[in-house]
Amino acid sequence: MKLTSRLAQIVPTLILVSILVFCLQQLMPGDPAVVLAGEERGDPRVIEQIRTELWLDRSIPVQYVHWVGNVLQGNLGYSWRTRQPVAELIAQKLPVTSQLGVMAFLIAVAIGVPAGVIAAVKRNGIWDYIANAVGLAGLSMPNFWLGIMLILLLSVDLGWLPPSGYVPLTEDVTRSLATTIMPAFVLGNAIAAILMRHTRGAMLSTLDQDYIRTARAKGLSRLRVILRHALRNALIPVVTLGALELGTLLSGAVLTEQVFSIPGFGKMVVDAVFNRDYPVVQGVVLVTALLFILLNLLADILYVLINPRLRRA
Amino acid sequence: MRLRLRTILCGLALLAAHPVAAQTLHVALREDADILDPTLARSYVGRIVFAGLCDKLFDLDDKLQIVPQLALGYEWTDPKTLILHLRPNVTFHDGEPFDAEAVKYGLERHLTMQGSFRRAEIGIIDHIEVVDPLTVRLVLKSPSSPLLSLLTDRSGMIVAPKAAEAAGKDFGLHPVCTGPFKFTERVAQDRIVLDRYPGYWDAANIHFDRVIYQPMPDSTVLVANLKTGTIDLAERVLPTDVAEVKKDPRLRIVTSPALGYNGVTFNLANGDRAKAPIGQNALLRQAFDAAIDRQALIEVVFNGMYQPTVQAVPASSPFYVPAFPPPPRDIDKAKALVKQSGIATPIPVTMNVPNSSDNAQLAEVIQSMVRDAGFDLKINLIEFASSLSAAARGDFESYLIFWSGRPDADGNLYSFLHSGAGQNDGRYANPVVDAALDTARTLTDPAARRAEYAKMMEQERKDLPIVYLYNPVNVVGLSAKLSGFHPVPDGIIRLQGLSIAK
Repeated sequence: MKLTSRLAQIVPTLILVSILVFCLQQLMPGDPAVVLAGEERGDPRVIEQIRTELWLDRSIPVQYVHWVGNVLQGNLGYSWRTRQPVAELIAQKLPVTSQLGVMAFLIAVAIGVPAGVIAAVKRNGIWDYIANAVGLAGLSMPNFWLGIMLILLLSVDLGWLPPSGYVPLTEDVTRSLATTIMPAFVLGNAIAAILMRHTRGAMLSTLDQDYIRTARAKGLSRLRVILRHALRNALIPVVTLGALELGTLLSGAVLTEQVFSIPGFGKMVVDAVFNRDYPVVQGVVLVTALLFILLNLLADILYVLINPRLRRA
Repeated sequence: MRLRLRTILCGLALLAAHPVAAQTLHVALREDADILDPTLARSYVGRIVFAGLCDKLFDLDDKLQIVPQLALGYEWTDPKTLILHLRPNVTFHDGEPFDAEAVKYGLERHLTMQGSFRRAEIGIIDHIEVVDPLTVRLVLKSPSSPLLSLLTDRSGMIVAPKAAEAAGKDFGLHPVCTGPFKFTERVAQDRIVLDRYPGYWDAANIHFDRVIYQPMPDSTVLVANLKTGTIDLAERVLPTDVAEVKKDPRLRIVTSPALGYNGVTFNLANGDRAKAPIGQNALLRQAFDAAIDRQALIEVVFNGMYQPTVQAVPASSPFYVPAFPPPPRDIDKAKALVKQSGIATPIPVTMNVPNSSDNAQLAEVIQSMVRDAGFDLKINLIEFASSLSAAARGDFESYLIFWSGRPDADGNLYSFLHSGAGQNDGRYANPVVDAALDTARTLTDPAARRAEYAKMMEQERKDLPIVYLYNPVNVVGLSAKLSGFHPVPDGIIRLQGLSIAK
């Protein structure tokens, strides 16, 4: 029942998002017809032609209804700039950003959770300070700066990794990993820091609980108590945080993809905004919103799986 | 675990060091191209991709002279009739023969297709007649000296009639032309892949099996890719990156004068903001002009690589007027002109500046130079698309705006200076200038045309609707292994003759 009602909420949310995107777009300065005309903008006939062709001469509600009508029929429109269908563009980009996102998230978990556990267990010790310092550094380093530094070090100076570009997983797994490992690290790094701090906090409060003391008193090994008893409980807030951080991941992808020339969602939406390619912006935002909602739903399900006490709620 | 990690890292390193296949040319573009249909295309980088894909009736050489490509020659039988003699034995990528009928179809498509951006360029053509399979007659509505130069660009590209007819508006998704390479695939924002067309008429001059165009907007990333050899050739390397590229023995830089200019356009009569003192008083604009040290500005912002100018046409053009060289800075004259205008200092001027790092720096240098003459220049950094709309609406006092340039002088002048012309955002209007620009369009003798442009300049230098600053140069960074690259002022990368040492 919970699940169906959650699923039903998706529809009004998407409608709201689509209206918001449509309205916000109208507030953007810069006439799309002038931008699309490029250096041909001098000719008023050209501008007029673009307006008529793209329905820009109609009122905004009419444009919106026209677009929604098409979306309901599965037609997201086509890019004003390249004439490629938006659905095709999204199908091209979605696997790219997904791969980057999954890799970044794995990197974040692989760094953040163990670091948090170590910091908590060795509270106020040297490892705690080191983990905190590294975490703070990860949070304060801007994405694009770290990206460029890594390119200069790992690609230009050491020649270990390609500086930019993207090879799909289906084409060549190792080359695909070689092209995405740097951007995934840049993206994952900031999230790792947040995960570390939350895991540390959650672990600290769990380690003070009576049942942990009991487990230790029963003679269980320290490692077993930390990993089996404490971490499992401490992970619950971390999962929720992870789902929320997916938003950070998507917005971070905008900058990271730009720096590494990765042809994903982020790069597409930036280019589309600067070129006032509205159908692409609308399509991407709609699909991103849908993804975000679904992933949060997934996080809620995971939450229940990890913590059986929530199952009846 | 540690061992495994090391193995993976080594594996990745080996893969990254894997040499690029010798027959593939990787070209970096500063942004992604728009639609690949010569009739509908608008972007500058799109023209670079077309150089691999679609031949034109004529081409330009490094001296901006018109040379044969799909047309072997031309003759004017009268000022309104142009005969084109076509190259025999040329085929489109789908095997369809290229002939007079195809040229008629292609030009008529430019003229009639809904959404065509070429109509504005070659709308002067009244109709096209097929004389014989290799001869076409273009009949014009009125004489037009810039027409031939327009046929060296997208207006002169001829698409395959059958393929174009079948694809309609979606032709740009799978373009079919007569160029050295045929379209293979495109992934937006990532790559455009072209493969060698074996039936190309000039196949002996093509030494690659494949060309991949990759957009790379970030200059640091662009240079990193050049250095690691992931790309072989990059267009528009920033002047500030040139030293870095030159330091690397595996790379070299080739420069050539470009066709465009950068300048400050003033709002003279477009809405309320034209009422600012600088828009109403030519003496103030003359003072503004005299206060700028163009050479110093180029040294500071562009490593001294660009050419100072007071003209829209670069010095390499046959239509450059030598009588108007860039003057040195004369701050005393500037102060005297301000005094003569009778307007109290500091004189407020707002300048719209499209937001980019070099533009911002340029604006700051101008700001400090004109301050000495009594101007209080306020810089309004604004996103590019917004700045264009603001200019069209008249929402500016002055506007720092770049024009990429056209091979024929008319393309750099008419639309910006003729009264009522499309890109005359400041609404400048002067009968002497209008008459000279109109007359120049009808003259085919270069000397006579230059004389008209000299008359125009005489007036324009007094009114100063635009204060021109510099002509840029095309800076191309390329692998030292790459040979046969011949820069042309239009900045378009020709693939004929290019080859890479293995």
